[in-house]
Amino acid sequence: MTAAILTMLSTGFVAGLGLMIASKKFHVEKDPRIEQVGNLLPAANCGGCGFPGCAALAESIVQGKSAPNACPVLGAESAKEIAALLGLELGSNVKKVARVRCKGGRTEAPEKYDYYGPKDCHSVNMLAGGNKLCSYGCLGEGSCVKACGFDAMYMDENRLPVIIEEKCTSCGMCVKACPRSIITIIEQDKPFVVACMSKDKGGDVKKACSVGCIGCKLCAKNCPVTAIQVDNFLAVIDPDICINCGKCEEVCPTKAIKKF
Amino acid sequence: MPFFGFRGGVHPDYNKGATSGKPIEVMPVKEGALYGVPLAQHIGAPAKPLVAKNQEVKAGELIGQAAGFISANIHAPVSGRVVALQSLPHPVSGKTAGIIIEASGEQDEILPVNVSEKFQETVLNAGIVGLGGATFPSNVKLSPPKKVDTLLLNGAECEPYLTCDHRLMLEKTEEIIKGADLIRRALNIENLIIGIEENKADALEAFGKFASSYKFELVPLEVKYPQGGEKQLIKACLNRTVPEGMLPLEVGVIVHNVGTCLAVYDAVENKKPLIERVVTVTGAVKEPKNLLVRVGTPVQDIIDYCGGFLGEPRKVVMGGPMMGFALSNLDVPMMKGTSGILVFREEDLPDLKQCNCIRCGRCVDVCPMGLIPSVMDRFVVREMYESLADWHVMNCIECGCCSYDCPSRRNLAGGFKTSKREVMKVLKAREAEKNG
Repeated sequence: MTAAILTMLSTGFVAGLGLMIASKKFHVEKDPRIEQVGNLLPAANCGGCGFPGCAALAESIVQGKSAPNACPVLGAESAKEIAALLGLELGSNVKKVARVRCKGGRTEAPEKYDYYGPKDCHSVNMLAGGNKLCSYGCLGEGSCVKACGFDAMYMDENRLPVIIEEKCTSCGMCVKACPRSIITIIEQDKPFVVACMSKDKGGDVKKACSVGCIGCKLCAKNCPVTAIQVDNFLAVIDPDICINCGKCEEVCPTKAIKKF
Repeated sequence: MPFFGFRGGVHPDYNKGATSGKPIEVMPVKEGALYGVPLAQHIGAPAKPLVAKNQEVKAGELIGQAAGFISANIHAPVSGRVVALQSLPHPVSGKTAGIIIEASGEQDEILPVNVSEKFQETVLNAGIVGLGGATFPSNVKLSPPKKVDTLLLNGAECEPYLTCDHRLMLEKTEEIIKGADLIRRALNIENLIIGIEENKADALEAFGKFASSYKFELVPLEVKYPQGGEKQLIKACLNRTVPEGMLPLEVGVIVHNVGTCLAVYDAVENKKPLIERVVTVTGAVKEPKNLLVRVGTPVQDIIDYCGGFLGEPRKVVMGGPMMGFALSNLDVPMMKGTSGILVFREEDLPDLKQCNCIRCGRCVDVCPMGLIPSVMDRFVVREMYESLADWHVMNCIECGCCSYDCPSRRNLAGGFKTSKREVMKVLKAREAEKNG
């Protein structure tokens, strides 16, 4: 009995001593701020920042390799807190959201065949270049909605994805999921977007979709600050120059410019 | 010659009766008609266009130069004027670059092919591709880097409805054999085997007459789909199994379609480039026909020539019903690989409503490649391309037996076909990782 107790005690003592020495000898100095920053991050591990998870981003922010607002999901308040914690200045932090640059749903863009395959956009896209006449627009099978981890998207009755901007965290997962790259991440305070991706000539666009950009350049001519460029029969608004006057939306003959 | 057969396969309704007795009819070139010639009618790199807008071309003139090792030449199918170089509708890729030629009144002359000393070069000059449907450039197939001991001629024509090869075998028997003989002599191959399905007894008889004079073996094949699949045919006739991811060359065999042999004969002996082929037009058309059609003829014109639609068309398929592509547009031009044009009405089509997999395993029984379509289908639906690669989806020959036999009408083969591109990316990434 006594021998057993003594054996246990001595084994415990020796093991404890070993652990103590190891912890002193192999001690790693860890920046306590990493944990603090990590606590302020959303802990969703969505990967929207490009790092494997929130912990990796926290480390990168503390080391100064990423900006305090590098997390696309984080609200402005938390970003400010992180900046204060690290004693950094924070640049402009307007909320960004994802926006769908296509208005051609079921009713606007005619389909060229009936599709029976798996319900995802990649499969449709690989079958004779998609089931719509337009080879640039939304395919309507909702791969982006499936990819959204924040429940911020749904498919409407017209088979077009709709983004709930309050819930959108601009993590960019929908952008990656779209085989035709029609979703873009843009500042929320720039409401005017050319909702068309078609680089076809005007006549071809008209055949394929009733709300496509035909490259008529009316918007570019009427823009007071020349924020609109028309290349390859497609108008593109530069959000850095745009002053949100809404003139382009008024003049667009096909209503391809959309106010979000 | 013993017959070994292959595993799996299905027995669809063949429905060949409407056209199997009809001789091949030449579809005349109509003055002023537009012929859209795609630059990518073959597997490999698209040809490089050699003509400009408004240029006059003669039938048989080279208008597209083979670009790269695996590519094929394209010739003007008709004499006339180049109207435009623009994209044309394509049944698989949606759109493809092409040349549009307006036919002129004079169509008597076809420019001869440059016949070179080297047999393979002549084949390349004539723009010959595999006419069974896969459209692999024939000159590449005819330049084997290894010793080949057997040339297998594929006269199975196992796809339902199609009779174009059947008619060719009846009407051009000796020319086909001569074409095969040319290949045999050029490549120094000992054995020539011609495989024909047993349901074409008249073709078997026609070939049988030449068996002793040309020294080949004639193998009557069991009537089963996909008997004409390259790997299945080799297994059935020679009991050799092509290893995974390899070509028939690996087991010392070259397989050619009977139509390809005829094209080779025409190129070498008659100096004729590949600008026309036989197409079976059948189904819900007024007069089903076997037509010799110039490449580039729009499907609409071919159907009009056959008297138009019978009833209200619901689905038009280019190729056979098992492996062909449904068309979304009747402006799609005829291509070198088009073996048939099938028209279906609503009442001809089965119910396509999909149900859940009941795990009956019928797809596993019929798969001629020994794959497990039921499991692979779940990976397709969930977009699990890594797993799909592990389950050997790249071995799928897209024959459609699994979809045909599925009691739940699941779109199995179609899903594998569209997934392959994503799986290719996975495999390439793995290869890159392995090589560092």
